[in-house]
Amino acid sequence: MEYYCGIDIGASTAKLVVIDAAGRTVGMAIGRSGVDYAKTAEGLLTDLCRSQSLDRSQIARSLSTGYGRDNVPWADAKMTEIACHGKGAYFHFQRRITVIDIGAQDSKIIHLDETGRRKSFKMNRKCAAGTGAFIEEIAHRLALDISELNALAEKATEDVSLGSFCTVFAATEVLEKIRAGVDVADIVRGAFNSVVKRIVEMDRVDGLLVATGGVVAHNPFLAKLLGQSFGAEAHIAPDAQYTGAFGAALFAAEQGQQPDA
Amino acid sequence: MPSSVELKDFEASKKMRGVMGRYFTELMGPEASGTKIAWCTSVGPAELLRALGFAVYFPENHGAMLGASRMATDLIPEANARGFSPDICSYLTSDIGSYLKGESPFNKMKLPGPPKADVLVFNTNQCRDVKDWFQFYAREWDVPCIGVHTPRAIGQVNEIVITAVARQIEALVQPLEQISGNKLDRDKLKEVITLSRKCTELWKAVLETAANVPSPITFFDGTIQMGPAVVLRGTQPAIDYYEILLAELKQRIADGVGAVEGEKHRIYWEGMPIWGKLKSLALQFIELHTAVVASTYCNSWIFEALDPDKPFESMARAYSELFICRSDEPKEAYIERMIEKFKVDGILYHNAKTCPNNSNSRYDMPQRLEGKTGKPFVIIDGDLNDLRLYSEEQTRTNIEAFVEQLSQG
Repeated sequence: MEYYCGIDIGASTAKLVVIDAAGRTVGMAIGRSGVDYAKTAEGLLTDLCRSQSLDRSQIARSLSTGYGRDNVPWADAKMTEIACHGKGAYFHFQRRITVIDIGAQDSKIIHLDETGRRKSFKMNRKCAAGTGAFIEEIAHRLALDISELNALAEKATEDVSLGSFCTVFAATEVLEKIRAGVDVADIVRGAFNSVVKRIVEMDRVDGLLVATGGVVAHNPFLAKLLGQSFGAEAHIAPDAQYTGAFGAALFAAEQGQQPDA
Repeated sequence: MPSSVELKDFEASKKMRGVMGRYFTELMGPEASGTKIAWCTSVGPAELLRALGFAVYFPENHGAMLGASRMATDLIPEANARGFSPDICSYLTSDIGSYLKGESPFNKMKLPGPPKADVLVFNTNQCRDVKDWFQFYAREWDVPCIGVHTPRAIGQVNEIVITAVARQIEALVQPLEQISGNKLDRDKLKEVITLSRKCTELWKAVLETAANVPSPITFFDGTIQMGPAVVLRGTQPAIDYYEILLAELKQRIADGVGAVEGEKHRIYWEGMPIWGKLKSLALQFIELHTAVVASTYCNSWIFEALDPDKPFESMARAYSELFICRSDEPKEAYIERMIEKFKVDGILYHNAKTCPNNSNSRYDMPQRLEGKTGKPFVIIDGDLNDLRLYSEEQTRTNIEAFVEQLSQG
C-alpha cells in the first residue's frame, strides 16, 4: 500500500501527517521546529514510521510546507502554508469556506470557493499581534502555562479590553490590569479578544468559517470568540494543528496519483 | 537559501555603468569645481536647470543607492535621532543620515559624496517630504531652496492646473538666473526639452518591449536601467544609451529570449521598489517562472507632454500628469490600461510604510480594481529603504502563495 506524507514546519512547531491514497490519516507526529529543520523533519518521520510500523519506501511522495518548507531534504515538492491550510480545511467541509489559520508567527485568512479553488488570501502585517506569539507573551506576563489559558478565559466574567495594536504595549497594559487587581481570567479573555480583533480587521468572512492552527486547537474558546466577532459560527477543523500538514499530504497524494508523477 | 537561478543581465549594462559613472564624476570629481550645482527632485524641472547651465544632482537617486547598498538601515537612525521620524520618507532619512554620518555609496566609487548645492529646487508633485528634505540642506548650507507646489490628487489635468504650475516654473527663472549667473537662453531650453522628450520616447519604448510574451525585461531590470532616464534626461548620453538598450531588447524579442526562463505568469508591480531586496525578489520571481513585466514606478519617468515649442506649459503638464499626483480615478484607469497592454495576470501592491504617496493599497483600490478587471492582487508590506519594516519570510510566502493562486488558472 502506498502512503503520502505532508510536513508543516512552522515558526514554533513542526507537524507531520501520513495519509493513505483515500486521504485517511494513518499517523501524525509533532515536535518543536527547533533550529535544524532538516533534523527535526527526519526525526518526526522516523518516529512516525516506527510507531505505525511503516517502511519509508511505502511513502510514495512527500510535500513540505510552512516556514521551513525549503529545508526538508526528502520532500518531493513544496507549497505554501496558505495552499495547504486551504486544502486541508476544504477536505473536511467541501463547500465555500473562509479558513482562518492562527499560527505562532502569522495569521492567514483564505477564501475558497465551492470547488476548493482559492479566491484570495491575506496574511497579517509584520507584527506579532493576532498571532500565537502574542498569546505566549501574555501567558509569560501572567506567569501561566499556555495550557491553562483556555479554561481561564472561559471562566471570565468581566470584559477587559486591551486596546494596543502592539504586543509589547498590550503586555504593558496587562501589567496595568494586574496592578489594578483585575481577575486573571478576565485578562486572559481580554488577550483572546485582542487576537480576535486583529484578525477581524484583516478581512471579511465569506461562507463557512473554519478555524485552523495550533492556537485554536489548544484554545477552542478563542475560536468561539472569533465566530462571535464575525457573526458566524467558527468550525474548528479536525486536528486543527495538523491542517497544514494534512493539506500538504493531500497535495502529495494528488500529485503522486497523477499519471506523469 | 542560495538560489538555483541566475539573473540575465544586459550587454548594455556595462555601458550604463560607464554613463552613470561619468555623470557622477562630473558632478563630484575634481572637474566639477566651478560649476554651479542644482539639486533637483526626481520629477522636478530638470530641463530648466540644465538650460541655465547647472550641473543637476538628484538626491533620490542617492536615496535609492543607499537602499540598494543596504546602508540605509544603519543610516536612518542618525536622522531619526536628529528629529526626522522613522515614519516619514526613508529616502529622506537615509540621505540625511548619510550626510550626518559622512558615509555614502559614492565613497566606494572614490568620490567624496553628494555635491554641495548652490540651490535646491523641488516639485511637490510627489509629496511634501521632498521639500522638507531640501529645506534641511538649505539650512545646513545657507543656500536657497525654491520650487513648485503642484496640486495633489489631481483628477483632470486642466488649464487651471497647467497655468498654476507653469507660472510657478516661470517664476523660478529669475532667481535661478541670479544664482547661475546665466541668462536663460530660450533656444537652449528648447534644445534640452527636445533631448528630454527623445529620452522619454526611448525609455517608453524600452519599457513597452515588456508587452511581448515572453517579456525581455522585468521591473527589476527596469529599476536599474532607469538611471539615465532619471538623472540624465535632457542630455545626449541618455539617448545614446537607450538606443543601445532598445536594440538589445528587440534582439531578445527576435530571438525569443525572455528575462524569465519559462515565463508562465505576468505581474504588474504597483508602488515603490524594495531597494535592499531587489536581487532576492528578482530571483524568487525567476524561480516561480513569473515575470514582473510592468510597474507604475518605472513608467513614472515617461514625460510625453514635453513639447519644445511650449516649454513652460509642457513641463507643467508633463510633471502634473504623473501617476503619483493624481486622484484614484485616473490612477485606476491607468492601471487598467497597463493590465491590458502588458497582458497582466495579477497585481502586486507594495505598501511602503514610509511612502504613503506611492502606496495605493490603502484606500480600497486593489479591491475595486479586482472587481472591475477580475485580476487578483496581493499586498506586501515593506518599505523602499527601511528594511526594519520588511519581513523576509512573510513576503516570500505571500509572493509564492500568490503565484500558486495564479497557477490555478
